This record gives sequence, C-alpha cells and structure tokens, in this order.
Amino acid sequence: MPERIKDFPRASASLIEDHPEVREAVYRATLHFDQNRAKAYAEVPVEAWRDYARDVKAHLLSRLADYLEKAEARLKENGAEVLWADGPEDAHRILAEIVERHGVRRVVKAKSMLTEELGVNAFLEARGLEVYETDLGEFIIQLAKEPPSHIVGPAIHKSLDQVRRLFHEHLGTPTDAEPEALAKAARAFLRERFLTAELGISGANFLVAETGTIALVENEGNIRLTTSVPRVHVAFVGIEKLLPRFDDLAVFLQLLARAATGQPIGTFVSLIQGPKKDDPDGPEALYVVLVDNGRTAALADDEAWEVLRCIRCGACLNVCPVYRQVGGHPYGFVYSGPIGEILAPHFLGVEGAYPLYNASTLCGACGEVCPVRIPIPKLILTWRHRAVDSGLTAPAEPQLIRAYTETMRRPAAYRLASKALRLLPSALASERLPVVRAWTRYRAGLTPSPRPFHELWEELEDERKNANP
Amino acid sequence: MRVALFVTCLVDQFFAQAGVASVRLLRSLGVDVEFPRGQTCCGQPAFNAGHWDEARAMALHTLEVFEGYDYVVLPSGSCASMLRVHYPELFKGRGPASRKAMALSARTYELSQFIVRVLGVEELGQGLAGRRLAYHYGCHALRELGVEDEPVRLLKNAGAEIVPWAEDRECCGFGGLFSVKMPVVSVAMADRKLDGLPEAEALVSTDAGCLMHLVGRMARRGIGVPVRHLAELLWEARQGQGAGQTEGMRHA
Repeated sequence: MPERIKDFPRASASLIEDHPEVREAVYRATLHFDQNRAKAYAEVPVEAWRDYARDVKAHLLSRLADYLEKAEARLKENGAEVLWADGPEDAHRILAEIVERHGVRRVVKAKSMLTEELGVNAFLEARGLEVYETDLGEFIIQLAKEPPSHIVGPAIHKSLDQVRRLFHEHLGTPTDAEPEALAKAARAFLRERFLTAELGISGANFLVAETGTIALVENEGNIRLTTSVPRVHVAFVGIEKLLPRFDDLAVFLQLLARAATGQPIGTFVSLIQGPKKDDPDGPEALYVVLVDNGRTAALADDEAWEVLRCIRCGACLNVCPVYRQVGGHPYGFVYSGPIGEILAPHFLGVEGAYPLYNASTLCGACGEVCPVRIPIPKLILTWRHRAVDSGLTAPAEPQLIRAYTETMRRPAAYRLASKALRLLPSALASERLPVVRAWTRYRAGLTPSPRPFHELWEELEDERKNANP
Repeated sequence: MRVALFVTCLVDQFFAQAGVASVRLLRSLGVDVEFPRGQTCCGQPAFNAGHWDEARAMALHTLEVFEGYDYVVLPSGSCASMLRVHYPELFKGRGPASRKAMALSARTYELSQFIVRVLGVEELGQGLAGRRLAYHYGCHALRELGVEDEPVRLLKNAGAEIVPWAEDRECCGFGGLFSVKMPVVSVAMADRKLDGLPEAEALVSTDAGCLMHLVGRMARRGIGVPVRHLAELLWEARQGQGAGQTEGMRHA
C-alpha cells in the first residue's frame, strides 16, 4: 500500500490525462452529494448540531476506556460475544475461529470501511470461502475487483456503461440494460446468497455504550438482511465508533445522513440489541469485534487526535476540489480525500503516508462541512510540518525554502532579488529549474510588473505632497 | 490613525499597479496610508508547505516591520489570513512573540474588509457603471478570514454587474507550492473553474496567487478574459466619483 501512496502525484495526473470519464463520473456524483448536503444542512440548526456532535465525541474520546468497558458489559448482557482485535492479524484469527466453529462456507457482507482496513475479504477468500458484498456499489466494485473509491459511494467512479459491461459479463444482463434492470439482476443474484449464507459480516455506524446497541444506517435493506438472515452475525466496530448514550443517536443518525447524502435520515436504520431471543428472526450468534488498529495510538497524539471524531460520512470527499478531479483510487489507501490524508499517517506513519497530506490546496472546504468539526486543514498542516521535520520533502525543497527565507528576512536582499528578476526575466522561464518547469508546462510563464511597487512608492509620496502642498 | 499597507510580495512583484491603486483608493477615503519599507513576504508559502521554522523567521521579521500601526491593510485575502489566523498559532506559547502576533492579528484586514468594516464605507463611487465582472472568491479570504460579500458589495455599489458563475466559490487550484508539486491536479482544478466562466469584461479577485495561476492557465488555453486585481477595480469605482476626494471621511 505505501508504495501506491507514494505514487499519488503520478497516479492522479494519469487519471486526469487518460481517464476523463472517471473524472467526469466522480465530479458529477460528488457535486450531487454535496448539493444535497448543503440543502439538508440548511433545513436544521446544523451549527448547533455540529457543536453537539463534536462535544459528544470529544467527551467520549476523553474517557474511551471507561465507555468501552461499559459497552462490553452491556453487549454481554444482551447476549453478544465480545472480542478485541488489535489489528488485522487478530481480526483474521477471530474470524477463522468463528468460521470453524459455525461451519461457514458462504459469507454475505454489508458495506464496511473497517473491514477494508482489515483486509477481511481477501483473508476469507484465501481460505476458500465465498464472500459476497451486498451493497450495490460494493457489489459492482467486487465484480470489477477494485477497492472502494469513496467512503459512502464506493463505485461512484464507474460510468453506467462500465456497470452494464460488468453485469453483462457476470450476470448475463443485456449490454444496454437500464439501471432498474441492473439493480433487479443484482437483487435476484444476491437474494439467493442471503438465503444460503451462514455468516453475515457488518461494520457499525455507532455503538451505544449505555445500552450496547449497534446502529447501522443504509438505503438498500441489504444490511438488514445481512445482519438478520444468516445464522451468525459478526460486527466489526472501530473503538472510536462509540456513543455514550442512546439519546445521542437522535442527533448522530440525522447528522450522518444529512452530511453523507443529504437525507434527513437513512432509509433503513437498524438498532441491533443482541442475537435472536424469542424472535422468529435474527442470528443465533452475534459476535462484536472491537477493533483498535492504530486508534489508541492516534488518541495519544495530542496534536492530531481529533481525526478520531470522524463518523465516515464522506462529506469532505464530496466537497474537496482535489478529490473531485481524481476520485479515491489514486490515493492508494483505504480512505481517500481530506479525511484519508489525515488518517493515513496514523496507520502508516508520517513517512508511509507521504505525500498524501500534500494533496490539498488548504482551501478549507472540508473543515466547513465536517459534521463533527474536525479541523481538517489544520491537521493537514500538522502532518506537513511533521513531514518536513522528518526530512520528507521534494529533493531541492529545503535549500529553496532556506534561500527564500534568507532573502525575505533581509529587505536589502529582497530588493536585490527584485532587481535581479527584472534584469534576468528569463530566470522565471528557465526550464532547467524543476519548479519553473512544473509551472510553465501547464501555464504561461510569469511576467513581473515593469517596476515593483516598492520602487513606485516615492512617486506616490510625491503625488500626495502635490495634492496637499 | 496609523495605517500601514502590507502590499505583499506577489502584488509587489507581479501586480504593482494593484498596490498603486490600493494607496490611491485609501488616500481618497481619507486614510494617510504608510508603506513600511522593510516589508517583504509574510512567509505563507513556507508555512503551508510545513517549513514552520522558516515561516517563523519571516513572520518575526514581519511582526517587527508592522509594530506600532493601528491597522495593517493587505490587498490579499490569503496573506491577510496568514497574519490574522496563522501567526497566532505559529507563535503559540512563545512569550513576547506570541503577544505581538496576537496584537498584529487583531489589527490585520484585507483591503475590501478594511474599507467596509473599519471605514464603514460601502459606496465608493459610480466608476464601474455598466461593467460586467466575474468575481473569484479566494478560499482563504472566504473561509479563513470571513470576507464574503465585501468585495462584491463594493463592486456592485459602484454600478458593476457581477455575472452569475456557478463555480465562483470553487478553489482555483493554486495552493502555493501545491501548484508545482501536483501541477496536473492544480490545472485540472483551474480548468473546471474556467470551463464555467461566463462572458465578462474581467475576472476579478483579491488574491494575487489565484490570479497568477488563473491568468497563466487562461493564456495557455487562449481564454481572452482580462484578469484584474480587486484593488484596481475599486480604484476605478472611486474615480467615477472624482479621484482624490476625501468627503470628510478622514479618520483621525
């Protein structure tokens, strides 16, 4: 993964230059999401909700250990088995045991970014199990053998024609099938898998510590089936997904839906309170796997912990002008866009995540829409600063920055440089300098004003004296 | 009232006439603006690229140059935001420098913001009657500094028509060193913005960085709309009123 991350500048450029259809699909989808978000935000006292959500998450994270203990106790009282995973290895071991214990051969999955983090599909498939993603977008990219390109809309980079070709190849639909027909074909295919799978795997949008309630939000009903039809349900929950109180859901469920898709609330909200008891439906066994995977370390990072407030709504991706041009794949990491830029270094270290946090103009749009008020631009700056401290820069960058600083600290040096610029105007067009090359390859060269302002000041002073003699 | 012009290095070097226009405009509004000679660059490019020690060195120089003024006015949203928002962060917990940074932060204004909020002037003149302008909202002015409709209000009140532009608040893709570190993404952003540019007599903004990048891309693509700094337009607005008039708005 880190190798692909290092490749961001080239991968993003090649996407723009060679795949205009992806750029177009991503741009349209994100614009649509963001316009809906803006409308949905405007309907409610969203600034107060965002304050509330920020404060609740901040409180939770300030006493996370206590809330985790509480959640574990409640989950057990509800009849769930609670397991703890430090990282992918633990998660895989736990899954292997569950698969063994329950004789699982077929798995249906609800969309979950955490399972992407943990590489769950690849692990299960390597053990010979059949794994089916049941969210339509996830199903599409599973057929295409691609990772998700967006937290909420994993297949937004795909055009209708690409989906038609995929479905034709895998499900035998006509090459000109309408979207409704495609959805119907997926539904028929997946319905059979829901009914025969022994195991359903999901993530969790929230886990209420007070009641041990797992909250899942969706629009397709596939999560409800995944978590209730198979005999066994495993929910992977990032430890930052907790909420202290059941009442907190009132704000978080609405805020998440408004931020993510502009809906007042998800079409389906499942509140899972344990395995089947006297009910006719539901799994016989519920396992809740509480996953750390770098989160405890992130929490201990005084300057960069706030990213843990993230509720994975994708609003920052939708509004990000960089993400809009390239989609999620060039980032080369599970999480892309602004939130990916500040999550990646917690998972991979400042070096492993380089140069993702440079993929931003610091335009600030992400910080403006984040439902839990993560100061994303500030955290991007923090990681850039750490990168420089660790010597992670372009080859000549430190020398250039030092020369520029020494010039700017001395007004005489600055004025001399200003004169030199006009005596040697070709300096700004010198293709030998990579910086200049990067500018002039795509833009006309810079032309300095004939005389800089500071040389015109004396004349402006004369103008003043003449006006007020 | 002592008012200093921080012309910014980009305006000094590439948009010198915007500096001239800023001075004439402020004088016409009764502000006897000074130009502290030691000024250079606020250090923003270094800061945004993560080189905070170097940014601090430049910021210390700037703190010194602008000490003792009641207001510091910049024909730039982005540089004003560097002084207003980021200097205090850069010097947090650093004793006297921190106090100086806080003091400068509170006295810093982008040009149109200074005119509207400090001088309380919204009518500059009618010098832009009938002009059709496209306005680019620079991100730092808009989101960090909270400059939103001041530039457009001043332009409109001077008779200009601001043409509707769906992408007017979209980032242009400049982003300081981002423009050369990831140039293809940078110009893709500019293109997205420019593709929707309506017919206009000029594209106007209060940020020289954005303008440099946009004008460079427009020239490469053969888009003929002239690019103008806000200060020049505001001075033209004023001239319709008769240049140099002070109209009793002199602040003591």
